[in-house]
Amino acid sequence: MTAAGHDVAIIGGGVVGCALAHELTRHRIDVTLLERATEVGFGTSKANSGIIHGGHHASPTTLKGRLEWIGNQRWGDLCDELGFGFARVGELTVALSEADLPTLDHLVEQAEAKGVPGVERWDRDRVLAAEPNLTTDVVAAVHGPTTAVINPYEACFGLAEQAVHQGLVLRTDCPVLGLARNGDTWVIRTPAGPVHARYVLNAAGVFADAVATMAGVGDFTIRPRKGEEYLLDKRLAGLVHRVIYPCPTPTTKGTLVIPTYDGTIMIGPTADLVDDPDDVTTSADGADRVLAAARRLVPGISDRDVIAQFAGVRAVLDSEDFLIGPTAAPGFVNVAGIQSPGLTAAPAIAELVVDLLRAQGLELAPAAGPAPPLPRPVHFASLPTEDQRALAERDPRYRRIVCRCEFVTEGEVLDAIDRGARTLDGLKFRTRTGMGRCQGGFCTSRCMELLAHDQGAPLSAVTKRGGGSWLVLERDEVQGPGPDTGGAP
Amino acid sequence: MIDARPHVLHDHYDVVVAGGGPAGLGAALAAREAGAERVLVVDRETEAGGILLQCIHAGFGLHHFGEELTGPEYAQRVLEAALDGGVDVLTDAYLLDVGADRAVKLLSGEHGVATLDTRAAVLAMGARERTRSAIRIPGERPAGVFTAGLAQRLVNLHGVLPGRRVAILGSGDIGLIMARRLTLEGVEVAGVFELLPHANGLTRNVVQCLHDFDIPLHLSTTVIGIDGRDRVERVTVAPVDDHRRPLPDRAWDVACDTLLVSVGLIPENELSRQLRLRLDPVTQGPVVTSAMETSRDGVFACGNVVHIHDLVDFVSAEATLAGHHAGLFAAGRHPRADNVRLQPATNVAYCVPHTISTEREHTVYLRVRNPLERCVLRLSTPDGVVVHERKLRYVVPPEMVNLRLRPAVLADFHGDALQVEVLAR
Ligand SMILES: Cc1cc2nc3c(=O)[nH]c(=O)nc-3n(C[C@H](O)[C@H](O)[C@H](O)COP(=O)(O)OP(=O)(O)OC[C@H]3O[C@@H](n4cnc5c(N)ncnc54)[C@H](O)[C@@H]3O)c2cc1C
Ligand SMILES: Cc1cc2nc3c(=O)[nH]c(=O)nc-3n(C[C@H](O)[C@H](O)[C@H](O)COP(=O)(O)OP(=O)(O)OC[C@H]3O[C@@H](n4cnc5c(N)ncnc54)[C@H](O)[C@@H]3O)c2cc1C
Repeated sequence: MTAAGHDVAIIGGGVVGCALAHELTRHRIDVTLLERATEVGFGTSKANSGIIHGGHHASPTTLKGRLEWIGNQRWGDLCDELGFGFARVGELTVALSEADLPTLDHLVEQAEAKGVPGVERWDRDRVLAAEPNLTTDVVAAVHGPTTAVINPYEACFGLAEQAVHQGLVLRTDCPVLGLARNGDTWVIRTPAGPVHARYVLNAAGVFADAVATMAGVGDFTIRPRKGEEYLLDKRLAGLVHRVIYPCPTPTTKGTLVIPTYDGTIMIGPTADLVDDPDDVTTSADGADRVLAAARRLVPGISDRDVIAQFAGVRAVLDSEDFLIGPTAAPGFVNVAGIQSPGLTAAPAIAELVVDLLRAQGLELAPAAGPAPPLPRPVHFASLPTEDQRALAERDPRYRRIVCRCEFVTEGEVLDAIDRGARTLDGLKFRTRTGMGRCQGGFCTSRCMELLAHDQGAPLSAVTKRGGGSWLVLERDEVQGPGPDTGGAP
Repeated sequence: MIDARPHVLHDHYDVVVAGGGPAGLGAALAAREAGAERVLVVDRETEAGGILLQCIHAGFGLHHFGEELTGPEYAQRVLEAALDGGVDVLTDAYLLDVGADRAVKLLSGEHGVATLDTRAAVLAMGARERTRSAIRIPGERPAGVFTAGLAQRLVNLHGVLPGRRVAILGSGDIGLIMARRLTLEGVEVAGVFELLPHANGLTRNVVQCLHDFDIPLHLSTTVIGIDGRDRVERVTVAPVDDHRRPLPDRAWDVACDTLLVSVGLIPENELSRQLRLRLDPVTQGPVVTSAMETSRDGVFACGNVVHIHDLVDFVSAEATLAGHHAGLFAAGRHPRADNVRLQPATNVAYCVPHTISTEREHTVYLRVRNPLERCVLRLSTPDGVVVHERKLRYVVPPEMVNLRLRPAVLADFHGDALQVEVLAR
């Protein structure tokens, strides 16, 4: 850090903040990222559909439409470099009635206009041959080969991890409380003391309006739009092979049936405006709507198949587009309103912001050399027996199963802790511990032990996802007065 | 406990048993007694004994040992009997796969990845708990929602407490036992909320764990919401109508920092699925013959992996049967075929075994769907001819019914299917 502080401070460690950090640390500058949660990606970026959209869904007249297609083209290489999975599964947008056909035509035209290759109309027979579990009501579909799926939290972890190797100063558990100018620098107030930087990038997701207000340029309002998603039992793996979209409406892409990168099926999301940007509740009504919509596409799905659920909140501006650019406050740049397809667009957003900063006068010389690629985490379960044997022979940590549903070894858990997992959720997102059928009934206590051991702390210090999400208490922390009735009225 | 590890792992066994709970240990001993030379039990925990090890309350073994033991005591007895009987017990080892030719693959803390041959295999992997998601409570996903079994593990094996004030969803046995356990630890238990109009656990647990501690049991009531951003702050509960649909107008809030979910167990059927065994959609365990043989030759199953037992004593009885036939199978003596299918009918959720023989004696286990008093258990042909009846004083879903069937009873029956019903008298 220079005497004046960092060159750039990024507020918010979602996929956008992490992509910014990753892109900026390719240059010879000093960058910090401040995230209020205990780990990066714990906001909207972990709670979405995980789709790298094909590039043809959003109009080229919008910023999100342009960045969607550029972002799509970046992710394949990025995933290799960051050592995590990327599967270009393709998609089908299906028409269930003749009335939907003009929408299909429009998608094909939009793909041509944007230069997205291979997007074409399939007739009913071809669709059903490729996806036999789709409803026989399908009339036709548009196939897009460029659509891919990833685990979105892995994207955040990977981007941040490599950026840290390249010099990023990562501050987690670090909510930004206020912003002030001192000469040419920004003074960023946090519970851990002030942080100084010349440029501030506002990538605070659903809180970007609040952060802009701190900088005195709060001239926009984010409307949080919640989406609920439901994961199905892995027994249903292979139900569909491509992402299945209904014909979109003006505000949403509708409820999708998604073959996730892990091979399970996910259905969702809903799209409901909410008052509270932190509202990630799921609802009985949401579940009913998602199931009904998904069953219209794939009738074989039943509500008994749901094993997990979550919700995320999109940061929506009235323009229904991204808001990226400098503000009246010198050096304060908004990267706001990053609704869907923000995950897809993130690498392109980062490139755009680097150009913006250069235009603003920030000197950006390339870093000494390219960052070495990150090793791909071991996934013991999918190794051939001979490789499993050799690994277990070499390293006894790979001889013990921690999570029996997803078949995760202790070696994988310890590696995830070495690479930054601090919480139960952090472990879950890195290794899939607790994500399977038993939802952590078996592995939770072991994962807690391994985290506690790493942190040199008792079990009671381990949290689910940081903050007040404590898991257990020591015996002496409890002195209840004995039985009591929580009785009916 | 005794160090039960064998010093060598052979590459061939007569019988390999997956799971070292009372089912697996009992089966292994029976296999030895039936003449099998090399019998190996594989358990993934560092100590054999299964779920019993965390059940430190008494109430085990009244039938099997004729005295009341704690879970760990019962486990200790079956483990010692197995070891004395010459069974090899390999702990800290996870059975990954049983191949088509019964090649067994395991991952062992001591031996790494190992593959062994076996002539016969017994599945005894026990059960896992149903989760909150299986019943889908909408709301937030804060910390503080545990299955009752996980809470039991945390309290009994790790010495920590799940929270200060607890609500319990479901009246399964583990939940009832934890209600008492937590109360004794100074944790407040705000109540137990059960969807059904009757408790799901054993009556003695309702009495000894709830009534004796003045813990309210709310029947026909369920949790319809969870609040709390980081940690549970309250749950919303509501009575349900006759179709088990919640009545939100009559809902009320229960302040608590913890929700334990005790909505029952289901067979641990990962391996059974991998082996493509035929599964019973009701028990979610494998379909078995009267010799406890699954749909694959030489693969037997017993204990909670087949269906959920309320008493370990019946697990031990079933294990003896499975192990005996596995031992004989290893010596080339395949079980004799059954000739009658059992079909659960009125008020019967399932029967185990799924088939029987009119020539041998059997114990048939069954579970009813609804409680009934003064009733009759009836076996009849599919076209309604009554073959056998037995009067029962009462039946309730949490308590398994067992029916001893002697060949004499079926002497006049010549069909290939029998309906099993439990009706009011
Ligand atoms: C249900 C759903 C499905 C979606 N599906 C897709 C999809 O399939 N494909 C796709 O491309 N896009 C999808 N999206 C959109 C995508 O998820 C978002 O566009 C993207 O995650 C936004 O990233 P972000 O970094 O801007 O926001 P976030 O991930 O929310 O990051 C913002 C971060 O800022 C932090 N923060 C906030 N305030 C402060 C503060 N004061 N101090 C410090 N830190 C702060 C937050 O903790 C948070 O971590 C979906 C969205 C939803 C809700
Ligand atoms: C909380 C609770 C209270 C109970 N109370 C009573 C009571 O009061 N009285 C009574 O009589 N009964 C009681 N029971 C019932 C009785 O304890 C169980 O029915 C019995 O323990 C089931 O035995 P099992 O061997 O089938 O399964 P388990 O005891 O569950 O054993 C299965 C074993 O298999 C291992 N395993 C699973 N998969 C693998 C694999 N792939 N590789 C290696 N190992 C594997 C597991 O780790 C476990 O050790 C209670 C049960 C519970 C859960």
